[in-house]
Amino acid sequence: MSSVKVKKKLNKLKEQLADIVGTENVDDTTSGRLVYSYDATPNYQSLPDLVVAPGNAEETAAVLKLCSETETPVYSRGSGSNLCADTCPVKGGVVLLVKRMNKILELDKENLAVTVQPGVITKTICDTVEKEGLFYPPDPSSMKISTIGGNISENSGGLRGLKYGVTRDYVMALQIALPNGELIRTGGKLTKDVAGYDLTRLFIGSEGTLGVITEATLKLIPKPEAQKTILALYQDIEAAGRSVSKIIANKMIPATLEFLDQDTLRAVEDFAHIGLPTDVKAILLIVQDGPQEIVDRDIKKIAEICRSEQAVDVQLAASEEEAEKLATARRSALSALARLKPTTILEDATVPRSEIATMVRAISEIAEKYNVRISTFGHAGDGNLHPTCLTDSRNEDEMQRVEAAFSEIFEKAIELGGTLTGEHGIGMTKAPYLEWKLGEAGLQVMRGIKQAIDPKNIMNPGKVFADESKERMVAAK
Amino acid sequence: MMTTSVKKKIQKEFKEKMDYDELLNCMRCGFCLPSCPTYIETGQQEKYSPRGRIALMKGITDGVIEPDDDIAHSLDLCLGCRACEPVCPSGVKYGRLLEDARSIIQTNKKQSVPVKLLRKGIFEELFPHQNRMEKATNLLGFYQRSGLSKAVRKIGFMELFPSSMATMEKVLPEVPKRKEIKQRPRFFEHEGEKKATAALFAGCLMDTMFFSTNNATIKLLQKAGCDVVIPENQLCCGALHGHSGELEKAKQMAKQNIEAFEKEEADYIITNAGGCGAFLIEYDHILKDEPEWADRAKHFVSRLKDISAILVDLDFQNKYRLHLPEQTVTYQDSCHLRNVMQTFEEPRTLLKSIEGVHYEEMEGANTCCGSAGIYNIVEPDMAMQILDHKMEKVEKTHAKTIVTANPGCLLEMKLGIERANKSGQVRAVHIADLLLEALD
Repeated sequence: MSSVKVKKKLNKLKEQLADIVGTENVDDTTSGRLVYSYDATPNYQSLPDLVVAPGNAEETAAVLKLCSETETPVYSRGSGSNLCADTCPVKGGVVLLVKRMNKILELDKENLAVTVQPGVITKTICDTVEKEGLFYPPDPSSMKISTIGGNISENSGGLRGLKYGVTRDYVMALQIALPNGELIRTGGKLTKDVAGYDLTRLFIGSEGTLGVITEATLKLIPKPEAQKTILALYQDIEAAGRSVSKIIANKMIPATLEFLDQDTLRAVEDFAHIGLPTDVKAILLIVQDGPQEIVDRDIKKIAEICRSEQAVDVQLAASEEEAEKLATARRSALSALARLKPTTILEDATVPRSEIATMVRAISEIAEKYNVRISTFGHAGDGNLHPTCLTDSRNEDEMQRVEAAFSEIFEKAIELGGTLTGEHGIGMTKAPYLEWKLGEAGLQVMRGIKQAIDPKNIMNPGKVFADESKERMVAAK
Repeated sequence: MMTTSVKKKIQKEFKEKMDYDELLNCMRCGFCLPSCPTYIETGQQEKYSPRGRIALMKGITDGVIEPDDDIAHSLDLCLGCRACEPVCPSGVKYGRLLEDARSIIQTNKKQSVPVKLLRKGIFEELFPHQNRMEKATNLLGFYQRSGLSKAVRKIGFMELFPSSMATMEKVLPEVPKRKEIKQRPRFFEHEGEKKATAALFAGCLMDTMFFSTNNATIKLLQKAGCDVVIPENQLCCGALHGHSGELEKAKQMAKQNIEAFEKEEADYIITNAGGCGAFLIEYDHILKDEPEWADRAKHFVSRLKDISAILVDLDFQNKYRLHLPEQTVTYQDSCHLRNVMQTFEEPRTLLKSIEGVHYEEMEGANTCCGSAGIYNIVEPDMAMQILDHKMEKVEKTHAKTIVTANPGCLLEMKLGIERANKSGQVRAVHIADLLLEALD
């Protein structure tokens, strides 16, 4: 199409969108478009043509219908904190913001459920229900800024995944706007519901490639009565890994079991100034919650296990405030690492928890082999590690080595019975590797689902499905 | 409208002058978003957030986009409160990026004649000359004392101005006579045991319009055991210039101040204005490329402290019995004192140590009140929106006294009290004045 024609088409689309959502909620300025050209994933940037902010489900559906008719790509976006380039509008088109749909609609104490719009900030949900003695456990590190719509679309995990599971385990019902302009409801405030395919779960973690979540009902549980936090300090990274497996083998499931290596500790302490030990090789941040006597008993036993595995020290957080500071500091780990080098590339290869020590060792061997600097932190308790490469995107030679190193990490994770990504999503960064995990037949099933729901491929195009898969470095076992 | 040649020049200078490593240091996690007043007040528009603004700067530098008026406005609408800095895990120096970007746009942008004149008047003719500041204040004093102010109000002359400025005129403090300023000694002796020598950074506004607050500050320092000296030839810190894209002018002022304070080898350089402190503390940064000045600036910065910080250091609050009639008191942080000088516990410690004071922490005390230097003059709509939301939070504390630590914040809170129709019921005071009141 000639540029005059493109411009004409865009102007018309802009007018039509304005008819749906109001002029003030459509933006085509350079500044307005640039600031939605990226997310928290390094090295991905692409400007959308238009930015639109619908105010409710009906408007959202109408926007999707219009985009379908005009074959315009649509990317739904919460706070743009995701880490696999899922919100980057890589093929141009429309960025759809959910920010105006930001209300908590209902807190149902009888059914232990909260119904929210997609633009509500995760932490707001946590704080609101906790005031009522209830608990919404999923707590991704970005919970202070991430939206629940984004969490559901990415099936976000968090620090409490080990004991409480992830976002998927707390979504009871959804309302979804489909590309054809229909609104559907899935699930309900029900513990048991086997009517039809589990569409709720299909949309969870679908990374914006199937529809836009316009409402969600989340499961709540009673807030744990007590909580205790300890830090176990190690001079041997693998000893920390062994402690993790041994704690679980001793039939205890802590609420949180986080691993931070020395690089990460130093970066976090540099930011948070809360007195984290920076002279040890690694720490485990361990939280247990529940009835007081069980918390006391578990923490005591866990401390003993850590000591028996050569922890050089085990420290108990003196107060709830101190415990909260530790958790907050841990949540800043990735961004804090960013202070060390211009580019931080983070992955979240995940292995069965019994393989944690093996994986930690493999990561450091791979880093050495490719001569790249990799810091590791993560949710050791659920096998979800965050090896983070500290690099500089301007150094092409190093970037190639970084890519090779991550390929090998993915390979290793899958070999150990793990996966490419535990909680960050496939997006663009891991799309070329997805076949390694699913196989061609598995990918074919996914393509069929995508085709059925979004035949024109307008929903978040360029994500999850790669144009070409990566060659595996070794033959699949 | 920016012409094509202006756009090209701005783009070229972004490429040459912006600190690219610092731009890359922002990894776009978005942890800054909830701390940004303009992001929140504009209904979460990313272009009015720190992450968005940095992306715009980087976009221009990378050549992904061209500069335009809309982008300039995104930068203009930033309060410069720097609340995004302490919450940034990567430690991005947002304030410095902002100042560099504004400076490039400012030097290249064509301004309308009235704006040009106003800027020239303020930045070149008035603030860098303390004697002119005194004269201007004297004029204001004449205006207030002669009855002219009453007449003007009666005629309704101020109604010709934006409502915020008209209200501002009402809340300006009664200023001292020029003679009073001129006759003040330059040295004050400590009381009790001598602890240190403090050189007072008097400040341009503080030493004219808020002269009595400076006197209170001196008195408190004496009581805390300090010899106090007011070095001659010091002048405005240059913050207004630096924040408004007039960086070169600010550098000259920094040099003159460094020289003035070198003559008095005091243990501390004390300021009672968070806004000044936060700029003085950056002297080593703005002069880092001038070998002759870099170390001198570092030495200057190393001695800098806010009045509340030194009082707590010298244990002032336990040395004296501080008491006031029973009242609820709240504290509005000065953004720059908090986010840049990292002084926020100390004022609270001092206030809580006063008998009779029921201290009530205000929700969002750490967020900007909308004053932000001359922001409330150049962006009155956003400033008033922020201020009105702030006053709702003040009301929730039931405080009768709002304490601040910076002249801009003080005037803004007074303005807020007027706007909320609370004058006579609620007052706003500088912490130094309140402490002196509690001492007498």
